[in-house]
Amino acid sequence: MALEEARTMDGLDQLEAQSIFILREAYRKLKPMALLWSLGKDSNVMVWLARKAFMGHVPFPVMHVDTGKKFPEMYDFRDEYTKKWNLDLVLGDCPPVEEMDPSLPPAARSAARKTVGLANLIDKHKFRGVVAGIRRDEQATRAKERVFSPRGASHQWDVRNQPPEFWDQYATPYEDGMHVRVHPLLAWRELDIWRYIERENIPLVDLYFAKDGKRYRSLGDQDITSPIESNASTVAEVIAELETSRTSERAGRAMDHESEDAFERLRVAGYL
Amino acid sequence: MTQTHSPSSQVRHGVSTPIVIVGHVDHGKSTLIGRLLYDTDSLPDGRLVQIVESSRKRGLAVEWSFLLDSLQIERDQGVTVDSTRIPFQLNGRDFVIVDAPGHRQFLRNMITGAADAEAAVLVVDAAEGVREQTRRHAMLLRLIGINHVIVLLNKADSIGFDEAKLKQVEGDIRQLLARLEINVNQVIPASARDGDNIATRSEKADWYKGPTLLEALSLIQPPASRHALPFRMPVQDVYRFEGIRYVAGRIERGTVREGDRLVIGGQGQEATVAEVCRWHAPHHPVAGAGESIALRLEPDLVPDRGDLLFPAGDEAAAPQKAARLKTRLFWLRGEPLRVGESFRLRLATAEYDVTVAAIDAVVDLDDLSLSPADEVPPDGFAEITLAVARNILFDPFAPGMPDGRGVLVDRHQKIVGGAPLIGPAALSEGSHAIHPTASGVSDAVRAGLRGHGRAVFWMTGLPGAGKSTIARYAEEALSREGLHVTVLDGDTVRSGLCSDLGFSPEDRRENIRRVAHVARILADAGQIVLVALVSPLVRDRAMAKTIIGEDWHEVFVDTAPELCRSRDPKGLYAQAEEGRIAEFTGVSSAYEPPEQPDVIVPGDGDVARSVRHLTDAVHKAVR
Repeated sequence: MALEEARTMDGLDQLEAQSIFILREAYRKLKPMALLWSLGKDSNVMVWLARKAFMGHVPFPVMHVDTGKKFPEMYDFRDEYTKKWNLDLVLGDCPPVEEMDPSLPPAARSAARKTVGLANLIDKHKFRGVVAGIRRDEQATRAKERVFSPRGASHQWDVRNQPPEFWDQYATPYEDGMHVRVHPLLAWRELDIWRYIERENIPLVDLYFAKDGKRYRSLGDQDITSPIESNASTVAEVIAELETSRTSERAGRAMDHESEDAFERLRVAGYL
Repeated sequence: MTQTHSPSSQVRHGVSTPIVIVGHVDHGKSTLIGRLLYDTDSLPDGRLVQIVESSRKRGLAVEWSFLLDSLQIERDQGVTVDSTRIPFQLNGRDFVIVDAPGHRQFLRNMITGAADAEAAVLVVDAAEGVREQTRRHAMLLRLIGINHVIVLLNKADSIGFDEAKLKQVEGDIRQLLARLEINVNQVIPASARDGDNIATRSEKADWYKGPTLLEALSLIQPPASRHALPFRMPVQDVYRFEGIRYVAGRIERGTVREGDRLVIGGQGQEATVAEVCRWHAPHHPVAGAGESIALRLEPDLVPDRGDLLFPAGDEAAAPQKAARLKTRLFWLRGEPLRVGESFRLRLATAEYDVTVAAIDAVVDLDDLSLSPADEVPPDGFAEITLAVARNILFDPFAPGMPDGRGVLVDRHQKIVGGAPLIGPAALSEGSHAIHPTASGVSDAVRAGLRGHGRAVFWMTGLPGAGKSTIARYAEEALSREGLHVTVLDGDTVRSGLCSDLGFSPEDRRENIRRVAHVARILADAGQIVLVALVSPLVRDRAMAKTIIGEDWHEVFVDTAPELCRSRDPKGLYAQAEEGRIAEFTGVSSAYEPPEQPDVIVPGDGDVARSVRHLTDAVHKAVR
């Protein structure tokens, strides 16, 4: 009988292997660490990849920074899968919008609440590693990110002074008060996410699927996220739709479009 | 509430080919990328309109580079601050463009972008030819191991696509790359702005018969499978879930099969692979290069992170073993690298304490010649020898392979250089080999034990300026506060360690060298060191600074020469003036005051005030 061969890896296999490697590096080097679970498709993929990395377990807390303005379906989803996936859920809340930088445009100011909520949670638990599901293809400033992105004590992203990152060696600064944002999905594209969801059969909140000719392509707060025109009601149909789409994923996120640099300002201050 | 889907489809999706665009600043990298995206119809709707609008606002014609320069500071200053990645498709094949800034000071960003590329496009302005960054980037392509290089002679329209002139530039570049042992896929005359020879063949260069850039890109061969090579897996971590121990890692090359016999790291223990484990995937008894897996071993050994797993019982399939390593270095720290410095060498998941045993040669970027030097400058390239305290296992670096990818980190865990491992270093002939060992005790641990940081305060000044007096009072004051202080003063040192030395310039230099090394050892042990030494020459103090490194603080004890002379506590000025002491600083040999000392301590007033000056500076440094 001929021996079985090692399988040839396709693009999704390669992305998966790289993300598992990154999650294992982070877990080893950054303690304590937590994973940001926004309940969206990307962070579900990320939780799934953590279970791949740790043989079905997520051996660190999963954080949900609650703006209080998510869709009801998302809260239901959170409660259901916290149990099903045996997650150690940590909740954080956000200050009112009146306390945010008044020079930001309205939707960005609303989004900034999450930055502050997150910062408070990180400080409270003294997390040294915070795993976040951002991707390079989502937004141009995210394209500039590192896989391990060190943040100073004030959580600022110093884009002009990012550490070198090559050959899978990541920055792990030890100074007090610093933490590292870890981005295991940085190299994934929107279509990769959906194809992986399809391949692995990863559950999603059904706001992503069309009802009455509309669906959400990206999920943020209820008041600053708008649905797109679509009839895609299954994962396969979403994939087919994206394969021909020419508009950007975050087109429905108000804060990205208010002014040329609004999103950059949010990110420098510690937004995801 | 949630949607479940039909079982996963068997569609296999293509693997992206990352390509990096490099070249001298203003030779047209960003314009080329904009053009590539436009020609391959890869721009999302609305992006073109945005660029036209952004360009118009700044009074420019359509500026393709705005596609990439996504940060406000980048658009406003017209520079690319950090590398970025943009996907595009060509005949159904996925590519990712990595844009690397050409500015020198952004070298580390460029490495970040370029290190995992499979191919590079080196953009050269056809009129300007090879420039400093062209050489620098070409050198880097060699050191990070890029397999395929396409040269684009951009802006060829500016010299009218003149065949003779373009052939001349092509010759220069081919010569440069040949010296770096880089294979050139193609050299293409083009204009990125106008689209000549990018997607469509240019009519302006009918003499050129080679491929367009897009054709050249589609000719790039995917990397060869690493499955046939001997198995390597550096252990990343070991987990225990539900009573089962998992040895986790990513396979760097080769394959592993249940039942295989493996050696675990340098200890030489052996184990058998009992199971190849994956979660939520069908069981498969084999895994190959690139896969992140977990192994169950029999017996149930507990390897350390960094242990290399490799096939047992086959000498030829074993990695190399050495304690002295020859490496090619690209140096990323803002300060030069010097012999004797210690670092952590990261090699895949392993970490070793290493000392720079020799700087064998530094590359001159003007002509790429190698010459011996005492230090490697910031952003420099060199060949160096690293010494490790014990034998380590490694495979030599090879382009396109994960082997031998050494990276140096400093004691703050900052990456300061890439050090591809070339092979074991031979001991240099005629000299006794040194095998320095590095301490495993980190600065943080030392500082924790001592309760304060470390520092060397190098006090220079004329004889009689009050250096030793101030140092001794400061020593007392700081010790009373519980700080750990040592004073090294000239006369005391000369009574023992340096009793064989006189006062000739050579002997003074040697005296300073010895004191600097002692100061460094004390500082490494976590001490605060106050050195009180005339050390009259700028050159000699620079040497001391090099030896001591970042803990160095220069203190100028500033006392008027007349006052020193009148104080003359040891009667030396009097003797010198009578000619009984030769080469006495301030009388018969020169004193060069520091140009920019870190601290100036006035030496001619109240001693208590001078001491406070010094102790304040010490407090600030060691907090």
